[in-house]
Amino acid sequence: MFDELRESRVNRLGMGLVFGIIFGFLLQKGGVTDYDVLLGQLLLTDFTVVKVMAAAVITGMAGIEILRSAGLVTLHPKTGSFGSTIPGGLIFGVGFALLGYCPGTMAGAVGEGRLDALLGGVTGVLIGSWLYAVSYPALERSVLQKGDFGELTFPALFRTKPRTIVVPVAVGLIVALALLERGGM
Amino acid sequence: MEWLAMGRWSPYLTGTGIGLLCCLTFLVLDKGLGVTTAFARTSGMIERLFRGGKVLERPYYRKFTPEVDWEWMLVLGVVIGSFLSASLSGQFHARWLPGTWEVRFGPSILPRLAAAVSGGILMGFGARWAGGCTSGHGISGTLQLAVSSWIATICFFIGGILTAFLVYS
Repeated sequence: MFDELRESRVNRLGMGLVFGIIFGFLLQKGGVTDYDVLLGQLLLTDFTVVKVMAAAVITGMAGIEILRSAGLVTLHPKTGSFGSTIPGGLIFGVGFALLGYCPGTMAGAVGEGRLDALLGGVTGVLIGSWLYAVSYPALERSVLQKGDFGELTFPALFRTKPRTIVVPVAVGLIVALALLERGGM
Repeated sequence: MEWLAMGRWSPYLTGTGIGLLCCLTFLVLDKGLGVTTAFARTSGMIERLFRGGKVLERPYYRKFTPEVDWEWMLVLGVVIGSFLSASLSGQFHARWLPGTWEVRFGPSILPRLAAAVSGGILMGFGARWAGGCTSGHGISGTLQLAVSSWIATICFFIGGILTAFLVYS
């Protein structure tokens, strides 16, 4: 439906900017551009981040499933392997806790005037991604392909329709959120 | 329009908004929402300032061409959007130290900067290694029920929670 629109590079860039403005606005209003809120999540004293992420996943999962069944969108699950997803994810987590922002919320933190995010975080992430680009050939030869499972999704793994997974996952997340609220978190 | 000037919205409302935004990027751009690829591309653009076209000899920059793409504009947009939101609620002001940090580590800026740079380096490196961050894996990957994204997101939190407890205990 939007094939023609996205064919032009200028349109793609413009849409990216508009989506980014909405994303940044929501992140700031949600309070997740705040170091204290992000660290509170990692120290398990403030569950704002989990609430934002879970609400996004529930809505997005249902929305994407509806759009996909209507033939309006194609999924793009990321590829993964035990050698890339697990060590990369753990290293990311360590950095996330030291910096106190994740990449998206870091950009949001810059927008609300946080200089530790701008001068510390952005510099660090640029250096880190460059170091990865330099190390990539060696990692590619050694660990990245270990235990490769490609673009696997849970419906494919369990050989079932997406809906059979979407519904219980959404219900599970809603129950988890309700329990958090009842526990006063 | 008073709600635009509110300091905080419910996390469920903002989360729902982000979920709908993900649907929109799939529908309009045929892409998932992600942030860190833009930083990888930018690191290549910076290297190109020093080494010119030789940058493209790196296999990684052949995969992720160092150029401004829609995700790069998305990141720029996040800065602008957050600035708008913070300005409307009077929360925009330049500051060096987050509250929790200052209470734990005191008012000097240098230690915070050192932690932020080293954290950023690990986060940038780890995000590229895992193939995404809290946006690409944590939200737009998990909502597609991608196995890689659920594993990555669990690892983000395991690494993050362990480190946060080490740093703050």
